[in-house]
Amino acid sequence: MRSKEAQWSTAEMIHSLFLVNPSGDIFLEKHWKSVISRSVCDYFLEAREKALDPEDVPPVISTPHHYLISIYRDKLFFLSVIQTEVPPLFVIEFLHRVAEMIQDYFGECSETVVKDNMVMVYELLEEMLDNGFPLATESNVLKEMIKPPNILRSVVNTLTGSSNVGDTLPTGQLSTIPWRRVGVKYTNNEAYFDVVEEIDAIIDKSGTTVFAEIQGVVEACVKLSGMPDLTLSFMNPRLLDDVSFHPCVRYKRWESERVLSFIPPDGNFTLMTYHVNAQNLVAIPVYVKHSISFFDSGSGGRLDLTVGPKQTMGKTVEGVMVTVHMPKTILSVNLTATQGSYTYDNGTKLLTWDIGKLNPQKLPNMRGSLSLQTGAPKPEENPSLNIDLKIQQLAISGLKVNRLDMFGEKYKPFKGVKYITKAGKFQVRM
Amino acid sequence: MSANSAFNEEKGGSSNVGEPEYGHDPASGGIFSSDYKRHDDLKEMLDSNKDSLKLEAMKRIVAMIARGKNASDLFPAVVKNVACKNIEVKKLVYVYLVRYAEEQQDLALLSISTFQRGLKDPNQLIRASALRVLSSIRVTIIVPIMMLAIKEAASDMSPYVRKTAAHAIPKLYSLDPDQKDCLIEVIEKLLADKTTLVAGSVVMAFEEVCPERIDLIHKNYRKLCNLLIDVEEWGQVVIINMLTRYARTQFLNPNMNESLLEEGGGEKAFYGSDGDDDADDDEEKDETEKKKPEVPSVVKRKPYIMDPDHRLLLRNTKPLLQSRNAAVVMAVAQLYFHLAPKAEVGVIAKALVRLMRSHSEVQYVVLQNVATMSIKRRGMFEPYLKSFYIRSTDPTQIKVLKLEVLTNLANETNISTILREFQTYIKSMDKDFVAATIQAIGRCATNIGEVRDTCLNGLVQLLSNRDELVVAESVVVIKKLLQMQPEQHSDIIKHMAKLTDNIQVPMARASILWLIGEYCEHVPKIAPDVLRKMAKTFTSEEDIVKLQIINLAAKLYLTNSKQTKLLTQYVLNLAKYDQNYDIRDRARFIRQLIVPTDKSGALSKYAKKLFLALKPAPVLESPFKDRDHFQLGSLSHLLNAKAGGYQELPDWPEAAPDPSVRNVEVPEWTKCSSREKRKEKKVEKPFYSDSEGESGQTESADSASDTASASESGSASEESASGSDSEESNQESGSEEDEEEERKKKKKVEKIKAKKPVARSESEQSSEEDKKIERKSKPRRVGSDSESEENEDSESESSESEEEESEEESEEDTNKKKKTPISKASTKPAKTENKKPKTEMSLLDLDDFDPTPSPSQVTPLNNFLSSSLVTDLEGLSLTDNVLSPTTIAPSGNLKTYELLHRITGEGLSVEYCFNRQPFSPDPHMVAVQIQFTNSATTEAKNLHVEDARLQSGMRMKEFPEIETLPGGESVSVVMGIDFCDSTQAANFQLCTHTRKFFVSIQPPVGELMMPIFMTENEFKKEQGQLMGMNEITEKLFLEEKCQGEHAVIQRVTTAANLSRVPCGSDKECSPPVPPPLFPIHRFAGKTVTSGSLVLVTVLNKGNSAAQVTVNCEKMVIGTMLVKDILQALTQ
Repeated sequence: MRSKEAQWSTAEMIHSLFLVNPSGDIFLEKHWKSVISRSVCDYFLEAREKALDPEDVPPVISTPHHYLISIYRDKLFFLSVIQTEVPPLFVIEFLHRVAEMIQDYFGECSETVVKDNMVMVYELLEEMLDNGFPLATESNVLKEMIKPPNILRSVVNTLTGSSNVGDTLPTGQLSTIPWRRVGVKYTNNEAYFDVVEEIDAIIDKSGTTVFAEIQGVVEACVKLSGMPDLTLSFMNPRLLDDVSFHPCVRYKRWESERVLSFIPPDGNFTLMTYHVNAQNLVAIPVYVKHSISFFDSGSGGRLDLTVGPKQTMGKTVEGVMVTVHMPKTILSVNLTATQGSYTYDNGTKLLTWDIGKLNPQKLPNMRGSLSLQTGAPKPEENPSLNIDLKIQQLAISGLKVNRLDMFGEKYKPFKGVKYITKAGKFQVRM
Repeated sequence: MSANSAFNEEKGGSSNVGEPEYGHDPASGGIFSSDYKRHDDLKEMLDSNKDSLKLEAMKRIVAMIARGKNASDLFPAVVKNVACKNIEVKKLVYVYLVRYAEEQQDLALLSISTFQRGLKDPNQLIRASALRVLSSIRVTIIVPIMMLAIKEAASDMSPYVRKTAAHAIPKLYSLDPDQKDCLIEVIEKLLADKTTLVAGSVVMAFEEVCPERIDLIHKNYRKLCNLLIDVEEWGQVVIINMLTRYARTQFLNPNMNESLLEEGGGEKAFYGSDGDDDADDDEEKDETEKKKPEVPSVVKRKPYIMDPDHRLLLRNTKPLLQSRNAAVVMAVAQLYFHLAPKAEVGVIAKALVRLMRSHSEVQYVVLQNVATMSIKRRGMFEPYLKSFYIRSTDPTQIKVLKLEVLTNLANETNISTILREFQTYIKSMDKDFVAATIQAIGRCATNIGEVRDTCLNGLVQLLSNRDELVVAESVVVIKKLLQMQPEQHSDIIKHMAKLTDNIQVPMARASILWLIGEYCEHVPKIAPDVLRKMAKTFTSEEDIVKLQIINLAAKLYLTNSKQTKLLTQYVLNLAKYDQNYDIRDRARFIRQLIVPTDKSGALSKYAKKLFLALKPAPVLESPFKDRDHFQLGSLSHLLNAKAGGYQELPDWPEAAPDPSVRNVEVPEWTKCSSREKRKEKKVEKPFYSDSEGESGQTESADSASDTASASESGSASEESASGSDSEESNQESGSEEDEEEERKKKKKVEKIKAKKPVARSESEQSSEEDKKIERKSKPRRVGSDSESEENEDSESESSESEEEESEEESEEDTNKKKKTPISKASTKPAKTENKKPKTEMSLLDLDDFDPTPSPSQVTPLNNFLSSSLVTDLEGLSLTDNVLSPTTIAPSGNLKTYELLHRITGEGLSVEYCFNRQPFSPDPHMVAVQIQFTNSATTEAKNLHVEDARLQSGMRMKEFPEIETLPGGESVSVVMGIDFCDSTQAANFQLCTHTRKFFVSIQPPVGELMMPIFMTENEFKKEQGQLMGMNEITEKLFLEEKCQGEHAVIQRVTTAANLSRVPCGSDKECSPPVPPPLFPIHRFAGKTVTSGSLVLVTVLNKGNSAAQVTVNCEKMVIGTMLVKDILQALTQ
């Protein structure tokens, strides 16, 4: 009797994981302890039915005996079953790591990929959690234990009979730098850094910026032999307001000198993310002139959109795409675009206008008529525009990498920095 | 066997009907036969000698398990391969074993000997994995074996094996809780482990097995704090959560002094400068609170001194706010929320706001926590208000949570901005969200009296919305609002009465009927008519509406029986035969009560009193109120219900338990006495370096009058430490005179102390150093990863001791830096107590949120906006009026001045403007934003400042050198100049790599000040003290276009960096007075350098006559300012 009770109160953190596809089929289950029937997922499936959008499914659902914590990612639900108190973010963060791990191993995270690599995914899950507590979540450690699929290796394996599973303890697991393995060798030593900045903005209908901020990320691709110790410095670190780092970055150095000092993981990783000091005004690269009107008769309306460059720092704006969430009563649209093409999905009421490169001489315009469902009243809601864009070779905040120094190794690495600015959650209210 | 397997198959297969089977021969027929076929060929493969066949079979079996298929009948065939040489096969066999051992206990025992052998293997990986699998096999018989294995592994040489042992503990415990005592011994042993690898896992085990044994932590507390930053992310989360609980049992409440005042709004002591807070009658409380400077609580208590270990925890967790792992950030945030002194909690806001960029699930959890926090500590999130603005693409659940946070953050200063946002949301397509917005408006209206009428008007206009849901929600909210002051709103009630013809939503109908009934005296003509209509439709109404019809009838009968007697009887008769018993009961009850019959009792005399009693207005409360009794970030908090296994967050102890329990004794381990010394040193260090300063600081934060005594005791014993925290200086700067002496004494000591490192550190002086001290943390240990343990240890040791030195240095740096603000502050003459929190706030914010000075940045803007509140809210209607662009302070408001013309600068043009942001490295400087534009084709290099020729007393903080500026590009930088409150120009040279240009920056007088927030009463009081010579008045005539309130405010705020004083905030609790005949606009600010108050009043006397009054201690500034404002207003 007593034992039963104790079991209840001292269960592990993550008990089971189910992968569920958009139509509600469970196509993988993993239990780190005793098996929980998949009928527990019914509570979740019920909530999913109720939600209009998969994103609206509550991430935490309480059932009589369990708690379900789920994430929706890459059109898949990762659903974990919890029995006792655990910080929800702990589980959510872990589930995202699982998704990232699948992505990292197989190039994408989708139902097909998981089904094709069922055994390997299962083994990976086995390594990532022990008794429901995260064990090895660093991609480098995992890759030493379970080698990612690779055509060459599978050929070799079949010929020699060797396997995908490592038989030595991953070096990272033991060291204080679990993210890097020992004995990395490259013939071409190179380190690339991409500074990617995204502009989040809300522009109101008069064109005034209600809210704007810049979020940046430094993505690194480091292929260096041995144990390089890198130092990356910025010309204007003062710009960075709030930062978060890969665990490899030494906080202390950053605090005192504002340089990033780190022993990098091998391969691709996110070195840091940052938020740019709001004190510096955010340059808004494009403007949108828009008008939407509906006839009083209620039969239809007109839409007119023009996109033009604003503060672009002399660069070309590319990959411009405008998406409009139309009011529900709009049945169809009949538009002509001077540049690019548009699609309208009547199911999701999504109007997408793919413009491409922005030519300041000839501003792209799209206009035409909207037709409403017969008998429907004139919509009262205001649609909003979401804008996507890209500017190469520019970090809109003005952040610049000053230099990259390497210590600890003798060779001369090839170094490169790339800047790119994108629209993040960039919304224009109409 | 066969029966068994069939049974199992059925069991396992029941839930997965319709799934394609893996490894299934498509030709096979029924379930049973196919299973046999399939499993037979798998068995064959497993029995073969070829590893490749075995591997293939195992892969197929594991794939079956992954799909949730039953493969238990293969157990005997699989378990045979447990000793297989091929490591991949072996791993898969392990996977299988762990899954099915429970079901096939006897057979599972066959494999045990393999694992026992594995436990002795020289390879640590094999030892670890043997232990891992062994402990995962849930077979009770092997408990003793497991126990032995765990004990052995706990003293293994390899930390990896020890980690595995820690993981095995909870597994064994859940299998056999009777082992608890033995397991605790192992946990105790592992807790003493000094490797980061083990720390997280063992704390996890501790939490699962014996969370109540807090005493086990004492000896390891400091070690855990110090190791924390190097522990892997997941371990960090567990350790931080555990340490939060630990700290709650061992340390004293750092906010104990104000916890007594909590109910009255303890938060006002810090953030209170927004002078608003929640309740309507706050104004009064505010006043009283400020007048009696929190004396009673303080006098009685001993001064609070923070335990150095408490400080250690706060200091060592802070850098983790920068973690990429949301769970770690949240863990630190909750630790700060639950453990830190109020003044320090602010640091977590930025990190939490950052998490909002993350996945929507993360956002969801973070927003829930922010919602709870923002009720208790609104000031913390106010600067980030805009980060909670809602996008149409957000999922509904996120929208609703953001709305909750916005509502919690609303106060008089920002309400107009927030309401303008709400107005956009009302037009959203997402109707659930619109309904939530309407409720939010209702809450804002009840909380902030000033906007009640405007909100109400806006909501009334929503009543003509076409969407019924919107109308219904509005009706419900309006009903609640009207209850507060029904007398003035009879026309709204009339309007709503008309709606009964159209609105079908039951809740809304019921609300209208209740309103009419309750206030039938205000609408004597309409009410009976409504009842007449309702009586007609009674039978077809919903229950809740019927009940209200009965209520309405009863109330009308009591007030106006002549007209409604028959109607009431009719309604009651209908109700008598209703299907619903509630309605029948109600009808019977009411009839007895109101209709006087000979039988009716004494009660009917009081019927009128019963029905028409004055009902208190409803309080619209946040659903997140008081949720913080759950530990934040926990599942229980999220669900607002206790989850299984939740450990309550204990209340602070009344008196601190003995702190010496955490002292580490003589080394138990053999090695290195040097390490021990280091340990000791480390442990004691905070005692000298921080605790004094901290405690002083907390003290002063808590209550000003207390500070003197605290710092007295502090500085007497440890003078050198007094200034270690830069926040302290800021806190002090606003406090009373009796502190002055104390401070001077301290300063002297500091000066002496600081002299030494000056030369060395001067070059690297920068604003970052302000914060440096807070972030003292052990550097990551790197470099010697491949070495064995011992090496590792010694390595870390040396790096730690090195680091200690640097810590000390950095501290001294800060001490030195600190001198400046102090000396500035002390030049300031005594201020009235009233003002103190203000200064505190702005300074405090600067430090806490450094380097974003957004809080004060937002304030002036908002103040400016609040002026146009009325205009804005007209927009709550759904008409398509475009907001005039001027209402939204465009960034272009800033006037730019030319510093260097393109032609003189040979292609380099330089402009500057006063961006009105606080200059974060030094709050006494005016921030000047300088924009360089290189219009030449060649690049300009090494842009920097040289040879500044400044008037005495003026100082300048140059911008960092711009190394290159390519042609065609522009860049902007910010520099700070302390103009000493004069309009004298700052002359300096602007140098490029080739040339030097003499330039000068002359500030308009309006830029020498920064806005502060004041209530009207405070303003008047301050103004009263600045009469006579300090008051300058000018008369003027306003042009037509400039007479509007909006125009005046805009012009004044453009001319001078002041914030508007909200008017009429004192009319809240009394019935609203009619607006003054002629509007008075008040603006407040203080000069940047000396902090002298600048008060501006613009009185519109009607007939375009107006009067400008400036009250300022600095007469020169006052005179110049009057001129500037006159000019601005008459242009």
